[in-house]
Amino acid sequence: MVQGIPIYHFLVVSTLMFFIGVCGFIIRRNLITMLMAVELILNSVNINFVVFNRYLYPDQLQGHFFSLFIVGIAAAEAAVAIALVINIYRRINNIEVENVNEMKF
Amino acid sequence: MNLGQFILMRHELLLTIAAVFVLIAELAINEKAKSKIIPIALGVFALVTLIGFIPAEPGVLFGGSFQSSPLTSFMKNVLNLAVLIIFLQSEGWLKKPENLDKVSEYFILTIATLIGMNFMISSGDFLSFYVGLETATIPIAGLAAFDKLKSRSAEAGIKLILSSALSSGILLFGLSMIYGATGSIYFTDIAQNLSATPLVILGFIFFVAGMGFKISLVPFHFWTADVYEGAPITVTSYLSVVSKGAAAFTFSIILFRVFNAVFDQWQHLIYVLAVMTMTIANLFALRQDNIKRFLAFSSIAQAGFILLGILGAGELGMTAVVYFVLIYVFTNLGAFGVATSVYNASGIETISGYNGLYKTNPKLSLLMTLSLFSLAGIPPVAGFFGKFFLFTSAAGRGYYILVLIAVLNATISLYYYLRIVKAMFIDQNDQPVPLFRSSPMMRASLIICLAGIFLVGFVSGIFEYIRDLSHLFFN
Repeated sequence: MVQGIPIYHFLVVSTLMFFIGVCGFIIRRNLITMLMAVELILNSVNINFVVFNRYLYPDQLQGHFFSLFIVGIAAAEAAVAIALVINIYRRINNIEVENVNEMKF
Repeated sequence: MNLGQFILMRHELLLTIAAVFVLIAELAINEKAKSKIIPIALGVFALVTLIGFIPAEPGVLFGGSFQSSPLTSFMKNVLNLAVLIIFLQSEGWLKKPENLDKVSEYFILTIATLIGMNFMISSGDFLSFYVGLETATIPIAGLAAFDKLKSRSAEAGIKLILSSALSSGILLFGLSMIYGATGSIYFTDIAQNLSATPLVILGFIFFVAGMGFKISLVPFHFWTADVYEGAPITVTSYLSVVSKGAAAFTFSIILFRVFNAVFDQWQHLIYVLAVMTMTIANLFALRQDNIKRFLAFSSIAQAGFILLGILGAGELGMTAVVYFVLIYVFTNLGAFGVATSVYNASGIETISGYNGLYKTNPKLSLLMTLSLFSLAGIPPVAGFFGKFFLFTSAAGRGYYILVLIAVLNATISLYYYLRIVKAMFIDQNDQPVPLFRSSPMMRASLIICLAGIFLVGFVSGIFEYIRDLSHLFFN
């Protein structure tokens, strides 16, 4: 437990990060930036897990381990996503979302 | 540690062995004879499917993280069977020259996602559930972008990975709230400590939003049609049957097991989602001309019907969901099998391209018609019984208005399913798809689907068997 800092401060930061990530995902028009926004979301989840664990349930480790697994899987996801972005770049020569629009309803 | 208890994980272990086996076969086989991998992988996978049917006692592994019961084993067997049919159907596509050098990748990626789905179904805590979910999702993006020289396929891949990454982020945010409220990630502990506090309900809504992406419920369905259209057709059938089936199984298990205490709260949410999913998907399906896009919207509508079974919570709801997915496997794969063989023979993907198909390929047209009737839920075929039990389980809980809406939607869906039937049987075409003969593997898969469409409906023992399994699961 961090002296003098209540749990709400951490939760406000993580919630802000989450919604900045969601907004970034919706507003940004570049595939790599969208990927960065997703990473923001995942990291806000990490903060949540660690803070809940540390403040509310300090005698166990489930939250800490969950955040470790999220970090690992986020790396795998980013690797595949970037490979696909490179594939897109080879096909249409840029990575703007507006140009990834061959299929629409 | 007693090694004998790993019999509980037999599906996952066998599939891992199968994936490694295909990898070794890829290394061992001569560069010029890559197509030999197809029968090898098929044989190995058929063996795995067969061994999976050996019954085993229920039990838990890893301190409750992995839970196995006859019902989850049955779900895994259904998924294995579906993947076997898809492998049989993908032979013609894999033998095309541009795919020959990546045959083994197709099998390894597919089996890897299947392992993830099996872990997801058997998970006993949210950590193993999440790991299984990601193992099931990430390789599918690679599969969707499998035709790497086609820009549509690349587009499908990037759309799938980005929307699934966002959806799992949202889902995780919900899980972190539930962890904060209950202090555990284990299903049994959460179920004991759960009460309808605002934090739990908010977390639950995020969780449903994340799962809604995977099952493609309206309003989280926007990726579905694009990905289904862009991906290679066998991958589309994999996405629409196996991926969706596994997500539906897991969703119902978690809702019944973990969130049972807040049923009064979540029933409203699922109610609204069910109505929106059925109605909007049906309206969009009316105006499609691409057969893959059409089947995408039809599969979204079917997911809406599955929600009726989930609303019927408990034993009967679970039975109805599993039974419906079993029928859906045969039905949808029958339709996709015909679409795949027509595509392989002529490259046609539009519904107007099917005009006059009956004159040249009567058997395929008949199978397509039966599959579509089954999807629509017309009595003699299995689809009717699947829908019937879903409606019964929802009506058993008193959702009469919802059942009425669902019946109306089933009627609307009849219109667009019959549009394809009309194209095949009535519409004239100067240049219909020429007569062709599918490969033996494709024919075998179509015969399995045809048998499934009739037998699963008529053999009442299957429904009773699933009901016994889910009785065992809940007690």
